Amino acid sequence: MIAQKNRLNNVFENRESNDKIMSLFLSSGYPDLESTVDLVLGFEENGADIIELGMPFSDPLADGPTIQFASNTAIENGITMSRIFEMVREIRKSSEIPIILMGYINPVYRYGVEKFCSDAHQAGVDGLIIPDAPLEESSIIAEEADKNDLSLIYLVAPNTTSERMRVIDERSDGFVYCVSVTGVTGARDGDEIAESVKRFIKRVNDNVTRNPKLVGFGIKSHKDALRISKELDGFIVGSALVENIRANYPEKGWKQKLYSFVKELKFGII
Amino acid sequence: MKYTAPTKQGYFGKYGGKFVPEILIPALEELEVAYEETQGDPEFQKEYHALLQEYVGRPTKLTFADRLTDHYGKAKIYLKREDLCHTGAHKINNAIGQILLAKKMGKKRIIAETGAGQHGVATATVCAKFGLECVVYMGAEDMERQKLNVERMKLLGTDVRPVSSGSKTLKDATNEAIRDWVTNVEDTFYIIGSVVGPHPYPMMTRNFHRVIGDETRRQLQEKEGRLPDYLMACVGGGSNAIGFFYPFIDDESVKMIGIEAAGLGSETDQTAATLTIGTPGILHGSLSYLLHSNEGQIQLAHSISAGLDYPGIGPEHAYLHDIKRVSYHGVTDDDAMAAVKRTSELEGIIPAIETAHALAHLETLMPSTKKDEVVVLNCSGRGDKDMTTIANYFS
Repeated sequence: MIAQKNRLNNVFENRESNDKIMSLFLSSGYPDLESTVDLVLGFEENGADIIELGMPFSDPLADGPTIQFASNTAIENGITMSRIFEMVREIRKSSEIPIILMGYINPVYRYGVEKFCSDAHQAGVDGLIIPDAPLEESSIIAEEADKNDLSLIYLVAPNTTSERMRVIDERSDGFVYCVSVTGVTGARDGDEIAESVKRFIKRVNDNVTRNPKLVGFGIKSHKDALRISKELDGFIVGSALVENIRANYPEKGWKQKLYSFVKELKFGII
Repeated sequence: MKYTAPTKQGYFGKYGGKFVPEILIPALEELEVAYEETQGDPEFQKEYHALLQEYVGRPTKLTFADRLTDHYGKAKIYLKREDLCHTGAHKINNAIGQILLAKKMGKKRIIAETGAGQHGVATATVCAKFGLECVVYMGAEDMERQKLNVERMKLLGTDVRPVSSGSKTLKDATNEAIRDWVTNVEDTFYIIGSVVGPHPYPMMTRNFHRVIGDETRRQLQEKEGRLPDYLMACVGGGSNAIGFFYPFIDDESVKMIGIEAAGLGSETDQTAATLTIGTPGILHGSLSYLLHSNEGQIQLAHSISAGLDYPGIGPEHAYLHDIKRVSYHGVTDDDAMAAVKRTSELEGIIPAIETAHALAHLETLMPSTKKDEVVVLNCSGRGDKDMTTIANYFS
């Protein structure tokens, strides 16, 4: 059982000190049902260290227009929880990349929390991010997740108190997800990292000491990524990938363009 | 056993809670503390009640509906006249309470969602009165069917933002309002219009509306010297109903009936009868009953009434349904529209289409009542805003 959990832990343990862990978010079933498995494998090949597979929801109230679009498309494509588990099983035939399922609590609740956690574990999932099940409501899933060796990853935001960050660190497993700005998901412009973000990251480092820390929200280039994750273990990209797909899909070569972008996110322009 | 819900964590039985992103947790905690302080603060209470009296026009009347009573020839029917509130519906009770809280918390900007536009108008009104910036999110489809309210909000100085995602109705407007709140959480106060959302909203909104039930109790005591036998109200999110019911919950002899919008019928997929055909789930911050697919995707509700066109319901109603303290029934679009006409002709009161759902259920309820019984129906809003829909329906 321990071996399962270590997929995620190993990534951080084996990290070279100046290497930044890159976690990529992809809505399962976007842009179509057939591509998801391929894209995950392609992401891995091009530098992704962790995959966050989105479980699309009709009412993604913490997401900006880009992820809303991807979720809606995936639902229209006919994505279901069982299909997501099938995709994970398929990926596991050839890859040991850590896979985290990320999504809102309702589809999980509707599927049945117990069955969901057990099926996720069986399929080869390593962790869960449920943004609308904060500490206060974590009892809805924490026990079942633990029973099935699924790391529960919580978020910290710029307005999270230091005291609460310490509790979140205590209760998290795998890594802590740092939301760099108050707002919905989505790529943002801006060259400078605001002083307030620097203060936030310092506070994260002072209070989250047990878990690795990845930062997300608004990252759209290698430069952004390095700058914002300078004092952290790595970064998360989601919306910028959807935007890349949206610009090129289904033209010939859309996957190649996406993979070049992924490679560039991790390694910079080579 | 005395009714004490919700718990400190915001649970009514197994329903309620705070299912929100981390960013909103500090805002909810701040709100809980501020709200708690107002409960024991005589100054706040004085200001709130003074505004209800001088600005909203409370207490609203309890009108004996003599011709409706004669029409059925059974129990006496009284109407609690929330339609006489300033802005035309009960929604303003809560808007006043919440804006006082916002002011106390030093928030500069107000946001709200609206379906029928009544909560939007109420919020726009109090923002004008208190000189605060106001943004109201409204589904594009609702803006079309409630044009008059859109114009009212604009005239009151509010920025009405159309929402074109999803079903373009109340649930999508709520998503968008939450996204705004997540982004502007520092200076923005979200005035939620019903007993939905994360704790403490369902409790707080109920308490700002309990004045409806408190007054009814006193007024009926004066007129009839007794408690009502039946209370009846329409339920979308459920704010007018809960404000009306809540002060009577411990009075076992008082039967309570909540009326949901069945749309084209509870057996069709064109319905908003959440408790009748829904199952438990989590939307907009709380666990309650929902209309959703086997995959947990929220389904589009349907009702001719924009105010009831919502695939969820307040968590306290889910609890009252489960413990059988309130019985919930569905009323179709057609039956509600017939009640609009009947009530207009018999009582000279044009009810909101939302309210008409409760009025329609008199047809089912009244034959089983006795002459010495009393039914009080919460006339939650007036129908002026619905005149286009009404005219189109009957033409």
